[in-house]
Amino acid sequence: MSLFNTAMMRKLAFGVVAAALAPVAMAADTSITGAGASFPYPIYSKWAATYKEKSGVGLNYQSIGSSGGVKQIKSKTVTFGASDKPLKIEELNEGGLTQFPAVMGGVVPIVNVKGVKSGDLTMDGALLSDIFLGKITKWDDKRIKSLNPSATLPSTRITVVHRADGSGTTFLFTDYLAKVNGEWRESVGAGNTVEWPTGIGAKGNEGVAGIASQTDGAIGYVEFAYAKQNKLAFTKMVNKNGVAVSPSNEAFSAAADGADWAGTPGFAVVLTDQAGAAAWPITGASFVIVYKKPSDPAALREVLKFYDWSFGDAGAKIADELDYVPLPKKLTDLIRASWKANISDAAGRPLL
Amino acid sequence: MAGSSGISLSTLRQHNFWDAVMRHATRTAALTVLLVLGGVIYTLVVGSLPALNQLGLGFFSSQRWNPVEENLGGLTAIYGTLITALIALVIAVPISLGIAIFITELCPRWLRRPIGIAIELLAGIPSIIYGIWGLFVFAPVFRDWFQIPVNNAVDGIPILSTVFGGQINGYGILTAGIILSIMILPYITSITRDVFETVPAVLKESAYGLGSTTWEVVRKVVLPYSGAGVIGGIMLGLGRALGETMAVTFVVGNSHRLTGSLFSPGTTISASIANEFAEAENVMHESALTLLGLTLFVITFIVLAAARLMLLRLEQRKGN
Repeated sequence: MSLFNTAMMRKLAFGVVAAALAPVAMAADTSITGAGASFPYPIYSKWAATYKEKSGVGLNYQSIGSSGGVKQIKSKTVTFGASDKPLKIEELNEGGLTQFPAVMGGVVPIVNVKGVKSGDLTMDGALLSDIFLGKITKWDDKRIKSLNPSATLPSTRITVVHRADGSGTTFLFTDYLAKVNGEWRESVGAGNTVEWPTGIGAKGNEGVAGIASQTDGAIGYVEFAYAKQNKLAFTKMVNKNGVAVSPSNEAFSAAADGADWAGTPGFAVVLTDQAGAAAWPITGASFVIVYKKPSDPAALREVLKFYDWSFGDAGAKIADELDYVPLPKKLTDLIRASWKANISDAAGRPLL
Repeated sequence: MAGSSGISLSTLRQHNFWDAVMRHATRTAALTVLLVLGGVIYTLVVGSLPALNQLGLGFFSSQRWNPVEENLGGLTAIYGTLITALIALVIAVPISLGIAIFITELCPRWLRRPIGIAIELLAGIPSIIYGIWGLFVFAPVFRDWFQIPVNNAVDGIPILSTVFGGQINGYGILTAGIILSIMILPYITSITRDVFETVPAVLKESAYGLGSTTWEVVRKVVLPYSGAGVIGGIMLGLGRALGETMAVTFVVGNSHRLTGSLFSPGTTISASIANEFAEAENVMHESALTLLGLTLFVITFIVLAAARLMLLRLEQRKGN
């Protein structure tokens, strides 16, 4: 009697589990999974929605943060990981991984100073880093004035607002400051979270913008797309060539044009402080990380097809609409070549 | 005497069976709690080992928080957690007791329900709403109408100019403490009100009959009778204040710099974890955040243990 019951129960349990698993197994054929950086989440979602209409292949992307994305790909729970910070070539080789940039964006300083409108102020790396080091504390400091002779600046105290949550935006911003200022490099460094010498921390782009907009004399930094969509007052920046540029998609593209993609293994270029007369100095790409020899080549093939499509005209148009910057053609050609050379199935045949 | 055992054997067996089911089900439920607690402690300890091994006990006395150089100390976050919770208690306890006394002793009957409902509604507001309200509404007003005038008034006075000095932005330790006090107020109030209501009317009426004032009745009859419950309510509020995350991270300023100023930005354990864990810089950073979590666990445990101890003392004194 009891034996019969156990057997029945087993059958029942098996049936339930099988029924629960069935949809997952079926879904795996038509959907690809990725996880990681939150910066490209809006564009990946939009691309995915459009791509699904066209190809029937859905993308399930979880924006859990860059570190999380790297962890997930290393534990093979997703087909691709995404990170705003490129992995070093040693780390890639160690895990049998390869990476490529997928989309770009820029970070802009935003200010809230009475009488100062968007684009009125110009900053350079030395000035910006000294403000964020807490060395320049008033808006009418002579160093700000000398870069902005025509601006009328109040004697308001400068309040620095920075991201409190770890983020790729902070990484790009601090990476730039570390490149242009030795003291910053030594005492603070570059990272998703750093030891800020001064200022208030706020959560997310919206937190930084919120505190900056309420604090007279505030300076902060946000993603360009966020600043543009919310009409925040940003500054111009003097780039490596000594030219003052305004943030724009063209200026971000110019930074990518000047970078040495071909000569950097794993495309591990951080696009800050790049040479080029039109280049915006705080630009960055978001990276996709995949296995060179995936355990599920069919799924990775779909991922590559998806990004291959996104590099085309349709993908670029959507990126523009959302204020992301599509990769230059020269770079996408290099990426496609690297897929052929590096990513293959078990038999060694290239996936795409 | 067959009638006395009118229950048939099969019914008895059935009862036996259901009793066994009941016993096992409830025991499993109880063991699950222990298992979860054990799992949490185990995970926290294992996760914090790398940080403990590398940073040692210096972690608890160091103010540095440099994830890039893996030079991490938890003092600022621990200090921030304790001081914001303390500020919250200092503000919330007298107000809560006042409300509870008013409702139970002085309030006209028709006003009791509206006030009671208002307090319960206050408890139902999600913490993120308090955070956003603090960020956009309270902090700017607090800065212009409190921080700046107070800062000007204490200018030059030795200790006060430090405590109420620093970078004044509206966001900081004191702002977080005040927001927390509003959040824990309904908890303390509703529990104190409930225990005040358990005081037998005959005790209070005899005190009034002897000519006591309301103050005397509250102090000498109501509070001694319901002391344990009041302390329980305060501890519940303290527990909430120590662990509160979202509302605090919005207004505390999230800065890992330790200053003596209540106006300056600071951080708390839970705010640091919420902000930094998802995008932790490296293994050491993640481990240090886990160690902070373990520290918060220990602090909360100490608070609970202290509350138990106090209750025990109270019971004993009553016994005497």
